[in-house]
Amino acid sequence: MLELKALSKTYKTGDRALSDISFSVPAGQVVGLIGPSGAGKSSLIRCINRLVEPTAGSVCLGETELTTLNGRALRQARRRIGMIFQEYALVERLTVMENVLSGRLSYVSSWRSFLRRFPQADIDQAFSLLNRVGLGDHCNKRADELSGGQRQRVGIARALEQNPELLLADEPTASLDPKTSRQIMRLIQSVCREMNLPAIINIHDVVLAQNFTDRIIGLQAGKVVFDGLPSALSHEALTRIYGAEDWGQMQQTNEPQDDDTLLENSLDSSPMLVSS
Amino acid sequence: MISGADTQIWQFRTPKQHMLRWLGWFWLVALTVFCWNLMTEDTIWAFVADAPRQASDIGGRMLPPRWGYLNQLWQPLWDTLNIATLGTLIGVIIAIPVAFLAAGNTTPSRYFVRPVALLIIVTSRSINSLIWALLLVAIIGPGLLAGIIAIGLRSIGFVAKLLYEAIEEIDEKQVEAIRATGASGAQTIDYAIVPQILPAFWGISVFRWDINIRESTILGLVGAGGLGLQLQSSLSTLAWNQVTVIFLVILATVIVSEWVSAKVRQAVL
Repeated sequence: MLELKALSKTYKTGDRALSDISFSVPAGQVVGLIGPSGAGKSSLIRCINRLVEPTAGSVCLGETELTTLNGRALRQARRRIGMIFQEYALVERLTVMENVLSGRLSYVSSWRSFLRRFPQADIDQAFSLLNRVGLGDHCNKRADELSGGQRQRVGIARALEQNPELLLADEPTASLDPKTSRQIMRLIQSVCREMNLPAIINIHDVVLAQNFTDRIIGLQAGKVVFDGLPSALSHEALTRIYGAEDWGQMQQTNEPQDDDTLLENSLDSSPMLVSS
Repeated sequence: MISGADTQIWQFRTPKQHMLRWLGWFWLVALTVFCWNLMTEDTIWAFVADAPRQASDIGGRMLPPRWGYLNQLWQPLWDTLNIATLGTLIGVIIAIPVAFLAAGNTTPSRYFVRPVALLIIVTSRSINSLIWALLLVAIIGPGLLAGIIAIGLRSIGFVAKLLYEAIEEIDEKQVEAIRATGASGAQTIDYAIVPQILPAFWGISVFRWDINIRESTILGLVGAGGLGLQLQSSLSTLAWNQVTVIFLVILATVIVSEWVSAKVRQAVL
């Protein structure tokens, strides 16, 4: 369970990225965070695992207050939070296996990680996660040999290898084609269901967010302007988040995307869904 | 429709930029003329007119090469290779930490440690190997050791500068991703930074080794061992046919080292 209280972030330049954000995410809930570019979505996600320092407010993961931690304690809190990135952010010149195992770095000593001698339990888990995301045969390939969708699955495996209590995703589908985007979103949704893992997914595609999340939070200029069920996201709410636009047209062009046929297609092509 | 009054004019450069560029070129030409005057002022033209004859005279003495001299060169050649290789090794080992301290994104302190590291780099780079060797021969006496340390000192700056530039150009997103897993500072360097700079590191090191082979052939001129020592003694006894042999040996060595460094760089990319 994650709880944000009056979280604010003002950058040194004076830009107020977040003001007074409060909400909580119960276990197993997948939250879609939407809003225009520059609304503070990335800052919000990064304030949670302190890649960006919040200026005020508190972030509680379970019993731990994250905003006051430093050094070792901060690193041990970070390992409880898995993160998935927009352009995968894999270490391109390392193998798939090394990338997945890097999720265990904070559990092993520098020396062991330098020699790549991870405990067998970590390696077993990495193999089973790679099988889970459909990349079991690719463990010795270098990350830059994979396609976009495959790389993002490695990114997901790396995040899950941490055994996280919370998943953060920063536009995980922004550089993927529509079909792969849906497969990735479906994968994230299903692992969150299985592991009862809460997730915050920062996403630009409103229809994708509605299809694969349990709750939508709309951010506008650093403030929460919508918080509710995906089905409650009316044209009026979209206007509040993004500004005026002919929203009916967007949903007309996107809604006919038949989810069932897409699901069948991807069942044929991707082993990751078979196991789910 | 095009009408005179409404036509918008677009110019590549504003008149002021034109003027500045014109002035820039003007000063460049003026400087060239000035330097040319300075250079020719002290030239004794009688000697210059004599040059072709002198050149053909020396050329005549250089040929044919005295091939028998080759047998005396194997040992100095081996010394030269050792100076270059060991010197590069020392330089690279010291350059790695200096580079991490100098790179803006890995330095522990921007205002104290970084300037010190940059100063080390500049000091090392601003003094030629030959000058380093001159100093070191005076300090630790003539021989291979002076040559090795001279090459090492000169290499620190070169390798550290190129390496810290490589470190500054890495993709920060990969670093962010590794930090997000809770990795420590050392682990972040190991997993996110080192893999990104490794090709650059090997390329730079081999390139410097290649340069050092060339530089170490002349270090003997100041007494730091190697082929240069033979070159100096041949020059001072006017044994021009031996000088030819030394030149050919240097040429062959450099060609081989270029080939090796090209192969290595190909392999790591």
